[in-house]
Amino acid sequence: MGCAVHKTIQLVETIQLRSDIPQFFPGDTVRVHFRIREGDKERVQVFEGAVIGIRHGGATETFTVRKISYGIGVERVFPLHSPMIAKVEVVTRGRVRRAKLHYLRALRGKASKIREKRTWVTQTGSAETAE
Amino acid sequence: MSIAILGKKIGMTQIFDGDGNRVPVTVLEAGPCPVLKVKTAEGRDGYDAVVLGFGKGREKSMTKPELGVFAKLNIEPTALVREIRVNQDEALLYPEGGSVDASLFNAGELVDVIGTSRGRGYQGVMKRHNFAGTPRSHGTHESFRHGGSIGMATYPGRVLPGTKMAGQMGNVRKTILNQRVVAVFPDHNLIFIEGGVPGAMNSVVVIRKATKVPKKRQG
Repeated sequence: MGCAVHKTIQLVETIQLRSDIPQFFPGDTVRVHFRIREGDKERVQVFEGAVIGIRHGGATETFTVRKISYGIGVERVFPLHSPMIAKVEVVTRGRVRRAKLHYLRALRGKASKIREKRTWVTQTGSAETAE
Repeated sequence: MSIAILGKKIGMTQIFDGDGNRVPVTVLEAGPCPVLKVKTAEGRDGYDAVVLGFGKGREKSMTKPELGVFAKLNIEPTALVREIRVNQDEALLYPEGGSVDASLFNAGELVDVIGTSRGRGYQGVMKRHNFAGTPRSHGTHESFRHGGSIGMATYPGRVLPGTKMAGQMGNVRKTILNQRVVAVFPDHNLIFIEGGVPGAMNSVVVIRKATKVPKKRQG
């Protein structure tokens, strides 16, 4: 832990990185299109929920998505650079003050709602985000 | 014995296989290894083996007899010289004065990896042998991490050989059997092996073709 990563390892990982995944942050709501293989057939399943954490680290980067399914909280960890991810759509940007939103697990209903980050255009034309 | 090569442990990472599964891999730098000597059972050595070199050596830190070996074969001095037992037919792959590289191995093969495990120093029985220690409460005092009894009384009246006790842990030669080769890049002298490999980063390892493949994993 905390060791300098060998340059060969870095190279091996850089080759695998995907550049087609949009940038998102904890608190954002995303729709993950994940390929599911059943026998020799393949289909795409969509998992939509809030990103409650991103574990950084080159090719091993993962992110956790949480949703409430029929009243039960469901969390899934996706490898960010997995070829099984068909695409990731960012639905909303959330305004949060933590990097890991594990506190959401203890909250239900309205309390577990993430405030949306609002963006507007200033007179000079540049986009600014609300705090 | 088996076809083998010297290498260095670079580190671990993960790669995705063709099915999209995550595979943990150890990256090993393997070869190129100059073949310094081929020993034969018929020759004056009396047994079959090859002597391989690995890494870039410093002329300054070597003795003249050592340098003489390299000078005779017109090879750059190597930091490491190690002998590996091979069968006579396997020795054909090792030309004396030539060199071998990672292309000795193919993806999908099983290999054994020999290394020196990371030294952990003098450790107690809980860490070294996974003993449970003693209860934390019910009047226990001054013996929370002890091993308890180490044997019986009058008969046999001695501690049996091999009894697990505290002592040096790690820093011993370890062999890990039947690890799968995920990928080989001879141009870069790299071999990817599924799972872990004994030893610390940059430590020397011997990679050899698996010698004890269980029947159900053969073929």
